[in-house]
Amino acid sequence: MHHVVLDEWSRRSSALHRFDPRAKFIVLVVFLVVVATTQRALASLSAALLLLLLACFAIAQIPLAAALRRAALVLPFIAAFAAACWFAGDPDRALALALKSYLSALAVLLLMATTPLPQLLAGLESLLLPRFLLTVAQFLYRYLFVISEEAQHMRIASLARAPRRRGSGMRRGLKEAGGALAVLFARSHARAEEIHRAMLARGFAGHFQTLTRRRFTGLDALVVATASLAVILLRLGAEGLAK
Amino acid sequence: MTPAIEVRGLSYRYEDGFEALRGVDFRLDHGESIALLGPNGSGKTTFVLHLNGLLNGAGSIEIGGLLMSRANLAAIRRKVGIVFQDSEAQLFMPTVIEDVAFGPRHQGLSPAEAADRAMHALATVGMAESAERAPYHLSAGEKKRVAIAGILVMEPEILILDEPTTFLDPPAQRALTALLAGLPQAKIVVTHDVRLARALCSRAVFFQNGIIVAAGDVEQIVARFDWDIA
Repeated sequence: MHHVVLDEWSRRSSALHRFDPRAKFIVLVVFLVVVATTQRALASLSAALLLLLLACFAIAQIPLAAALRRAALVLPFIAAFAAACWFAGDPDRALALALKSYLSALAVLLLMATTPLPQLLAGLESLLLPRFLLTVAQFLYRYLFVISEEAQHMRIASLARAPRRRGSGMRRGLKEAGGALAVLFARSHARAEEIHRAMLARGFAGHFQTLTRRRFTGLDALVVATASLAVILLRLGAEGLAK
Repeated sequence: MTPAIEVRGLSYRYEDGFEALRGVDFRLDHGESIALLGPNGSGKTTFVLHLNGLLNGAGSIEIGGLLMSRANLAAIRRKVGIVFQDSEAQLFMPTVIEDVAFGPRHQGLSPAEAADRAMHALATVGMAESAERAPYHLSAGEKKRVAIAGILVMEPEILILDEPTTFLDPPAQRALTALLAGLPQAKIVVTHDVRLARALCSRAVFFQNGIIVAAGDVEQIVARFDWDIA
């Protein structure tokens, strides 16, 4: 399971894993803004930032090839926009779009791979992100696995009763997928009700009380300052060289 | 002495019109354990959901002298802990320790106290080593233990166990039975597992079509309804 691999990475221990999630999140935002707003010298800046990210992955002891592959998952989504730019006669822009998206995805992946999601969400909550949204994200994360398992069971059950028919066209396939999706939705709904009951039975009254709150230390502040500065200086340097 | 649970004339109809309970009378004394036997769909689970105020049928329910009402709900939920059949639905927090601490945190304990109590409960069920693990990494037996810890941590007077041995392999069933037999709380055990009923309970009631049709010794009830596998 994809998110299980990520979960396993996020629970390793390295210097990067130990920093406060909020510190990492702030640096990520700086990184994303710097990447998104870069106009000139994108190629050299990208190379420098890529090296920086790879160094971080290495420090965090996360397999580089696997990380690079996972970040590439965003590429199909931006392919349409890049292709549109390309055919409109602006290949530079298409390339810039692909580069920026890939770097951004890799940076987000670095945060996710070095921070267990519960800690990340708790950190985001204390940065005043909407609690409701974070609760939804937490449940999604917790039950993604359960729902995908249910979907796999349904697939196996359907294959067991109807082994792949020859010539079963795309139309039939879509129809079956639609039916399966409806059942999956109904099951998820039933499960949501069960979970809600289990929560009520243990005193839930609409407000999540969690266990841990981290302290933002001086070291965390130093990390935010140096890492943000490094990213900004890299950009200024790349632009200076290009002049 | 007021009984631990006293139910009179409890009826409940689901939204789709199905009449799941049709006038149930039930009594549980302090420290006593009762098995709820009966065919699937006879109303056992619907009945126990009422004892924690999760369903709201007609009739009267008293838990340790407290009448089931909105005002008493929080106090009643502290007295009665339900371990659901599907642990997956019960373990909704990202890590084991956070899940077990969920109840105490929502009872108003501080994070440190809640974590303390949670670790203690996890030790009781033999799962202290797994505190930081994610629930989906656990086996079915481990999930059940953690779900039980999540209820024990709230220090209930009455434990309700809905089909606790389902999904477990025989060694895990044995271990769970031994664990449950060692817990001091009064218990209501919904089960098809006659061996579990014998090990935990002195009395049994038999549900059929939404009412209790018989009550008595576990052996008596099992024999009368031919309820043993063998």
